[in-house]
Amino acid sequence: MAKYHVSTSINDEAVEFLCEPQQTLLDVLRDELQLFGSKEGCSSGDCGACSVMLDGRLVCACLVLGVEAEGRAVETIEGMAKGDQLHPLQQSFLEEAALQCGVCTPGILIAAKALLERNPNPTETEVRYWLAGNLCRCTGYDKIVRSVLAVAEEMRGG
Amino acid sequence: MDAMQYEAPGSVDEAVALLAAADGAAWVLAGGTDLLVQLRADLIEPGLVVDIKGISELRAITPENGGFRIGAAVTGAELGEHEGVKAVWPGVVEAMELIGSVQIQGRATLGGNLCNASPAADSVPALIAAEALCSVVGPKGRREVAVAEVATGPGETSLGPGEIVVDILLPERPARAADAYLRFIPRTEMDIAVVGVAVSLVLDERGVCAQARVALGAVAPRALLVPEAAAALIGGTVDDDALERLAAAARAACRPIDDMRGTVAYRTKVAGVLARRAAGIALARARSE
Repeated sequence: MAKYHVSTSINDEAVEFLCEPQQTLLDVLRDELQLFGSKEGCSSGDCGACSVMLDGRLVCACLVLGVEAEGRAVETIEGMAKGDQLHPLQQSFLEEAALQCGVCTPGILIAAKALLERNPNPTETEVRYWLAGNLCRCTGYDKIVRSVLAVAEEMRGG
Repeated sequence: MDAMQYEAPGSVDEAVALLAAADGAAWVLAGGTDLLVQLRADLIEPGLVVDIKGISELRAITPENGGFRIGAAVTGAELGEHEGVKAVWPGVVEAMELIGSVQIQGRATLGGNLCNASPAADSVPALIAAEALCSVVGPKGRREVAVAEVATGPGETSLGPGEIVVDILLPERPARAADAYLRFIPRTEMDIAVVGVAVSLVLDERGVCAQARVALGAVAPRALLVPEAAAALIGGTVDDDALERLAAAARAACRPIDDMRGTVAYRTKVAGVLARRAAGIALARARSE
């Protein structure tokens, strides 16, 4: 089968890859580009473990075809820390133990970062609704929500 | 999935030509939140996938004669951020915004929700209550169709080979007009409607309901317009008696299935309850106009 040649941007770097038309963006990230941070959970857009940003929108990479990345900007969990400098959300999740097995964590971090960029002062209810598309089977969500609220306050200079 | 081919045309004509010339299965890809799941689960045959997101007019929301023409590939997130549409058609916007998570909202489209033809599609009852029209373009040219005529049954539409829904027209609203959509799901997010009810109404200067449309979702093979329910509201002040007649008419129109989300009896009862509540919200919005 003919492969498609795709030129895109991933975490602010120009990237080119070849993919088959049925490969999802998640397949491409993990299988072609060895970016294993985005996880495959349900492959149907329910669990959010593959959450990435596509042209500034939070999406499930399992519901995007790899070929659709042509000419667009993708941001993944691999771009969240700057070198050794963790993003405040990553630091807080570590300190507050807002993860156990860690499979949902990259998706939740990407989603939480997108929330705080839009709404620097969310209520607990807003955090819970925003993260409704990210399932976690370990933590019961409380520590995650508390971490996001704490980072929001910290980033506002509180 | 095998034998898949992907095309991203830049114009409607090009997209129609690709679909019309397809030898075998051909699918329109808008947000992909239904299509890619169905392909992945082998529920549909792979084949030609025509991505319509590269067609600029399908991504635009354009004011038109006091209403709005919404491109079929406009996402829920984009619709929800459009203050103009929200102000005039709040029920349509709230229905679209109920679909899925933030992640789904970033991709799912109004045209896709319509053409996926799920009986439980949230935006469809709201569009039917709004008397929305859609433009369909195909090999034989362009035609306008009432939204209510697009879905014919679960997963089935009246679209012919090579035809694409390109936009949806929400008409102009007079003063003291509003709409509302409510659905019931067993949890607060991320589920499929057990019942959905949309109510659109127009009040006159005295507060009497001059026009109304009521549509139900998830209680029949496709979303239903229920003129008997609207008739209960028209000509009165939407008092308690009218709301009870509205609820009774909504219940009487239900032809639901039993499934894991709800029984026939339960869906029927909830349809009446939601119809009352949605009418109450639409009424309050119309009065505050």
